[in-house]
Amino acid sequence: MIATDGAQSAQVKLNTQLTSQKALYLLPLVTGLLLFVLWELAVRLLGIEEFLLPAPSAIVAEIPQWGGVVLKNAWTTLYCTLVGFAMALVVGITLGFTIGYSKLASLTLYPLLIGFNTIPKVAVVPLLSIWFGIGAVPAIITAFMLAMFPIAVNVASGLATVETEMQDVLVSLGANQFEIFQKVGLPHTMPYLFASLKVAISQAFIGSVIAETVASNGGIGYVILSASSNFNIPLAFLALLSLGVMGVILYSIFVVLEKRFVHWL
Amino acid sequence: MSPMANPMVEHVSQTLSPAPTTSTALEFCEVGLQYAMKGVPVRVIDQVSFSVAQSEFISIVGPSGCGKTSLLRMISGLNPVQLGSVRFHGEPITKPLKNVGIAFQNPVLLPWRNTLNNVMLPLEVVPPHKQQLKSQRSRYVTEAEALLATVGLKDFKTYYPWQLSGGMKQRASLCRALIHHPEILLLDEPFGALDAFTREEMWGMLQRLWQQSQCTSVLVTHDLREALFLSDTVYVMGPRPSNIVYTLKVDLPRPRTLEMTFTPEFQHMYTHLRQYIQH
Repeated sequence: MIATDGAQSAQVKLNTQLTSQKALYLLPLVTGLLLFVLWELAVRLLGIEEFLLPAPSAIVAEIPQWGGVVLKNAWTTLYCTLVGFAMALVVGITLGFTIGYSKLASLTLYPLLIGFNTIPKVAVVPLLSIWFGIGAVPAIITAFMLAMFPIAVNVASGLATVETEMQDVLVSLGANQFEIFQKVGLPHTMPYLFASLKVAISQAFIGSVIAETVASNGGIGYVILSASSNFNIPLAFLALLSLGVMGVILYSIFVVLEKRFVHWL
Repeated sequence: MSPMANPMVEHVSQTLSPAPTTSTALEFCEVGLQYAMKGVPVRVIDQVSFSVAQSEFISIVGPSGCGKTSLLRMISGLNPVQLGSVRFHGEPITKPLKNVGIAFQNPVLLPWRNTLNNVMLPLEVVPPHKQQLKSQRSRYVTEAEALLATVGLKDFKTYYPWQLSGGMKQRASLCRALIHHPEILLLDEPFGALDAFTREEMWGMLQRLWQQSQCTSVLVTHDLREALFLSDTVYVMGPRPSNIVYTLKVDLPRPRTLEMTFTPEFQHMYTHLRQYIQH
């Protein structure tokens, strides 16, 4: 009896600790570190060759020589990703609201949108390089294409799922269409929009890196490609890690924004 | 049976069409409703005529699918009037009225607004409040807080809907329906989703709000006790295609109390009313 009480209170204590602010930052950091430690140990103990899987220490050892290059190219990738994402944001939101509000748009544009989305973007990049040459433009467009779809779809479904009774309340007060959008449609769509932004930013990253590996002479995608062809695997991994870090940072920014703008969930 | 009871029974009159004592606020003239179901026209409401006096509280009861809610939605202008006419102060209703307060079974509070801001929503939409809200915000806030206080939600004004119980949400929803001093209050089974005790508590609260505002009110409900407790007149609709099959004037004194619902005269009215409901 006393033992179960003890176990229960320990469980309660653990739960409160897990929901604390400290745990929010500390636990992911600890698991991240643990992963690197395991990785290092596995490579050393199993004697894995560096050109197959370099240990974290070997990757870090590349920083003095290649850190500057990776940083510069990471900036290029980040730039293309953000520009593509910003375009996706504008077009996605506009398209989403149009589809969500207009039956005509939903019947005409939506099927087209789905059709475009099913085309693998890797297949489009060679065409983009023919049209726009080698460089930032294909990367930006690929990032845009990948990020736009989730935004448009989520915004449209956000608008489509507004409860009719919620609208009825406003209609019965004599509200006009704009007021209904402003008071109900827009805020109701916010959680859907922010959920999609977290997905879209990752998609934009994927897009720009894909384009860089095919049609670019800069960016992380290009670094990885040329490092692998020179068998400089630690450098390829350093570039990969920089992608991971950027991805996590951008994702976190959107989580913070979401908490701020969608405070009621 | 107490000796007091018998004279009260006499007050239950059975006039088919109550002559409005004061000015008529709302008038249903031979209102009908039908819609096509797989190409076959289905007559939902045959023909309904009655009128509601200024500041009167009426209830519409009847079996499911008899068109009660449709009648209510015609008043608010949410549904078009197909056959006959619904007149508000003599004017046929063709579009949503500006000055209606409405509450549904689902409280539909906006989840991104706290209680106070939910209650104040109509003030942002309905003229003339809409134009004055910015310059006289503090006055309106005081008014909204006072209204929240009358329903016992004073301490919950900064709470969000997810932090409120079902009863609290419905009380906030009623405050929202009344904040802009509507000329007419429409209630579509507002307490249908609440438990029996909370529901009875809400009757008293709604009665208080109604007495304060003197707002012409139309309640659609399945609960005959609720209809009797709150109404001046109860209209019973029959099964589809529906008509008003019975009209009951409830002449109980106000304010009514829960104790009254246990009196023989109340029971008498209840059983009487019950006979006319065919499920």
